[in-house]
Amino acid sequence: MTDTTVKEPVQFFVTEDPHHHDGDHGEHHHETGTMLGFWIYLMSDCLIFGILFAVYAVLGGNYAAGPAPVDLFELDMILVSTFMLLFSSITYGFAVLRMDRNDLKGTLLWLVITGGFGVAFLYLEVLEFSHLIHLGATPQASAFLSSFFFLVGTHGMHVLGGSIWLVVLLIQLSQRGLTHENKRRVMCLSLFWHFLDLIWIGVFSLVYLTGVLL
Amino acid sequence: MSDHAKGGHGSLKSYLIGFVLSVILTVIPFWVVMGEPLDNKGVAVAIIFILGGAQMLVHIHYFLHVTIKAEQGWQAMSMGLTILLLVIVLSGSIWVMFNLEENMMPAHEQIERVRNLP
Repeated sequence: MTDTTVKEPVQFFVTEDPHHHDGDHGEHHHETGTMLGFWIYLMSDCLIFGILFAVYAVLGGNYAAGPAPVDLFELDMILVSTFMLLFSSITYGFAVLRMDRNDLKGTLLWLVITGGFGVAFLYLEVLEFSHLIHLGATPQASAFLSSFFFLVGTHGMHVLGGSIWLVVLLIQLSQRGLTHENKRRVMCLSLFWHFLDLIWIGVFSLVYLTGVLL
Repeated sequence: MSDHAKGGHGSLKSYLIGFVLSVILTVIPFWVVMGEPLDNKGVAVAIIFILGGAQMLVHIHYFLHVTIKAEQGWQAMSMGLTILLLVIVLSGSIWVMFNLEENMMPAHEQIERVRNLP
């Protein structure tokens, strides 16, 4: 912890922890607070997704004489986008490992690759949605499609948000390097990114695989 | 980074183990649906959800690095509360709505039986 306090005096921007030099709690306590706070945000996000999963589980069978999952979903494309997210998870892990070695270039490289996989996932999702809407399977068509677009769309919006955050983080890293604050940001986005991959497991299990099977 | 935080980042080995397990746990359920090796759909659904749950645990352990000790236990504690709430919300709504559907839409025979009551 002493090495970070040596770096601290060079501050070109507003730090989120102006009080961390005074008080006997020290920096350790504060660092715990930020990561734990972000974790609790993720848990509340998890509840949002849980409610959307419950809505889909209840309404997913109400086709209103419209198309059913087996008519709409192309599982090979879903498998590809699943692997896009999985690859982006492992490359984010590599970025964190590079960051632990204080290797800025390696961190940036792996984060860019992560962003590439994230954008590929989003591109596949936009293709799928536009294909469905082109077929007439719009959110208005049935309760199944309303809950489907709501659940999968919310996950997609999160991935979009994470990708925008990733771009901002790349700018921050390239301007300031691996400062204490930037490392904390990388770890927060790491939690967020792996969390989105975890939610996607539920989406492809419940919506796509079970939907096509039954 | 403090030693405490560093302990939570994992190593190359743990990330690779998590990745390989995730690939296996992803490919099997897709194969069960796309390759249609099973006749029994109930078994197939069970495989999908058990492997999906297993992959979630793999992600929690190898990628999110949740441990009992992290953040003095508050991380695992808050996750436990979230899982409890999720179980209540999911199982409760599925259970209630299933019963509602069963009871609100009487089958034809049921209507006839009630109609023929003395």
